[in-house]
Amino acid sequence: MYVAVKGGETAIAHSLDLLADRRRGARDLPELTLDQIDQQLSLAVDRVMTEGSCYDRTLAALAIKQARGDLFEAVFLLRAYRTTLPRFGHSLPIDTSRMVADRRISSTFKDVPGGQVLGPTFDYTHRLLDFSLMTGDERPTAPTAPVDTAQELPRVGDILEREGMLEPPPPADAGAPTQDITRDPLTFPAARAVRLQNLARGDEGFLLALGYSTQRGYGNNHPFVGEVRYGSVPVGFVPEELGFAIEIAEIDVTECDMVNQFAGSHDVPPQFTRGYGLAFGHSERKAMSMALVDRALRADELSEGVTSPAQDEEFVLAHSDSVEASGFVQHLKLPHYVDFQSELVVVRTLREEVEARRRRSTPVSAFGQAAE
Amino acid sequence: MPPSSSHSVAPPQRQRWLSVLAKAPSERLETLWQTLGVAPSYTLLRRPEIGLVMVQGRISGSGAPFAAGEMTVTRAAIRLDSGEVGIGYVGGRHPRQAELIATIDALGQRPEWQDAIEQQIVTPLEQEADARRTMRAAKAAATKVDFFTVAREGGA
Repeated sequence: MYVAVKGGETAIAHSLDLLADRRRGARDLPELTLDQIDQQLSLAVDRVMTEGSCYDRTLAALAIKQARGDLFEAVFLLRAYRTTLPRFGHSLPIDTSRMVADRRISSTFKDVPGGQVLGPTFDYTHRLLDFSLMTGDERPTAPTAPVDTAQELPRVGDILEREGMLEPPPPADAGAPTQDITRDPLTFPAARAVRLQNLARGDEGFLLALGYSTQRGYGNNHPFVGEVRYGSVPVGFVPEELGFAIEIAEIDVTECDMVNQFAGSHDVPPQFTRGYGLAFGHSERKAMSMALVDRALRADELSEGVTSPAQDEEFVLAHSDSVEASGFVQHLKLPHYVDFQSELVVVRTLREEVEARRRRSTPVSAFGQAAE
Repeated sequence: MPPSSSHSVAPPQRQRWLSVLAKAPSERLETLWQTLGVAPSYTLLRRPEIGLVMVQGRISGSGAPFAAGEMTVTRAAIRLDSGEVGIGYVGGRHPRQAELIATIDALGQRPEWQDAIEQQIVTPLEQEADARRTMRAAKAAATKVDFFTVAREGGA
């Protein structure tokens, strides 16, 4: 039960002032600029855009600054902002084979067309703290190599698909509008497109733990990274005034096509199946976790039996959103004075009843009381 | 919103310049526009408005579409006093750029301006975008793995 509680206005106002004061920190240090956050904390920006489900680097940087680096809070701020804007429509589906890729690796084929491009990755660092970053020295720019930007990057999945070894993805249902959980509430069972939208904005930590649980045997789906790619893709859009498509932006995305062993079922011969992950910016851990969970959630469709948390769509989809989860956990801090008073009354009454029953059934003796 | 009054420009042409202008950095577009040195009078049909477009992905990159997440977009529409209607769409929150694109789009529908816009704004922006793309791809290309096989003894 919620009851209006009056009072505390001054305390709240001063709390906000103190928050702003702490956000600024020591005044003898220069204040962070949004460009610095965008450029030098770019992976934080990517995560906030992904889970905030709104691609805008400047706004995500602002949210991070305002939230003092609390990325959950920043996601919440971005989600709140997006509710103030009108929707112009849907983009054309992005074509990731047209990506200008900063990174593209496959762990299934060594000699994949287009090659293994490592790009900027932590994978080959030794995770030793680099003390040279403690000073503001000039950093050298990265080396370059000759390149053909017109070349498309074929998908590893398409190669396996042609051999019939890999299931093709579900085809587009012509004429059917793409379902959208920001417009229509989530219901179960959820279509795969709906599950993917939910996972795309879901909390990275939650999906990482669920993905990890499948690897440890809770719904094992024998995954291989078909490929991971990260880079820039154009966004096509058909303005209502024009009736033909134009490109309105180039955005950075990370994509993971996970390939999973599948023994076959009554209707399907043994083949490889797939899970898919897509995230804004460079968000590899997120895209991979999403792909693992997407595949796990297909257990029912592939007649595998739903036995583990990661395969249970109601469990996964209802708890993936950090804004909802954080809101419900943190609302416990709000005044519950009246709820608690009523519970106190209930517990006191129960105790009195128990006490009274005990007195009735046990003859009171000096020994008995002393023994308690 | 009335459809564009001009039929003198083929859609592929408009499609090209609208795309190039939308993907250009705001300040750079502003500079090139100033260099063009024209100040047509126009009415705003749609004052610059910030909104959202739902970006769609495809399952496994090539299958059925799904809603991947939104992006901010700014749009505007103008009508030149001479009658041409121009529109501007740009990813991000860039009211000035959207209005500028709409103005250039309208002007581009007047044959006497097409060459100047093409040569002084669209082509340079396109070349600069290509250079940025090439630089980015060239840095990635330097991280491409060259596998080599160590020959085993006996040449097996």
